Amino acid sequence: MRFAILVNAGPYTHQASDSAYRFTRAALEKGHEVLRVFFYHDGVHNGSRLSVPPQDERDLPKLWRELAERHCLDLVVCISAAQRRGLLDASEAQRHGKDAYNLSTAFRISGLGQLIEACIEADRMIVFGD
Amino acid sequence: MLVNRKAPHGTIYALEALEVALVAGVFDQDVSVVFTDDGVYQLTRNQDTQVIGTKNFSRSYRALEDYGIRKLYVEQESLQARGLATSDLVVLVQVVDAKRLGELMDQQDVVLSF
Repeated sequence: MRFAILVNAGPYTHQASDSAYRFTRAALEKGHEVLRVFFYHDGVHNGSRLSVPPQDERDLPKLWRELAERHCLDLVVCISAAQRRGLLDASEAQRHGKDAYNLSTAFRISGLGQLIEACIEADRMIVFGD
Repeated sequence: MLVNRKAPHGTIYALEALEVALVAGVFDQDVSVVFTDDGVYQLTRNQDTQVIGTKNFSRSYRALEDYGIRKLYVEQESLQARGLATSDLVVLVQVVDAKRLGELMDQQDVVLSF
């Protein structure tokens, strides 16, 4: 089956990101296709490359990165949601005259059209949020 | 189908869900938008956000029609529980009960809830 995943909550505050990660990993391990994981609302914070959780805690942004590398996952953060919350990639940081960027290279920034496209193309769109 | 469950202010879900609706309209999709629970407050007239410093986007719901989105559903039970009537709302909607709403959800290819 072709899944698309929507993550609407940030890491740590809500369990939704953990559940989304575990669902995505399980689906891939069972041989299903995950055509895109789209991060919206506070979900965009999953894309931070600067998170440093305590050593005895899971590092969700890192887990997403590793999963993406293993399975060539398409991890997309919504541009308007990300910019509101100060999550920028290198080119967006430059475009807006900011002195740093914080989006992991395993993620890409794009528009809501990518969410709608994923809804159209996937057999199932699964939403994780509060 | 987009399902709005939260009040217009207090969280950003309503505003960002509206953005999804508009983009879905641009993509020429058969979009329905549902307002249920505190989500019915998103459509109320005479919102004034000046003192809380957030954007008053309630008038933007009128733009949904321009994006080809005409299926707006409000859950009857949620409306009644909050003492609201359709005359309190900024757009024309279809009022449906929870059972009918469930049937409509069952017909959808995709349900996104916010």
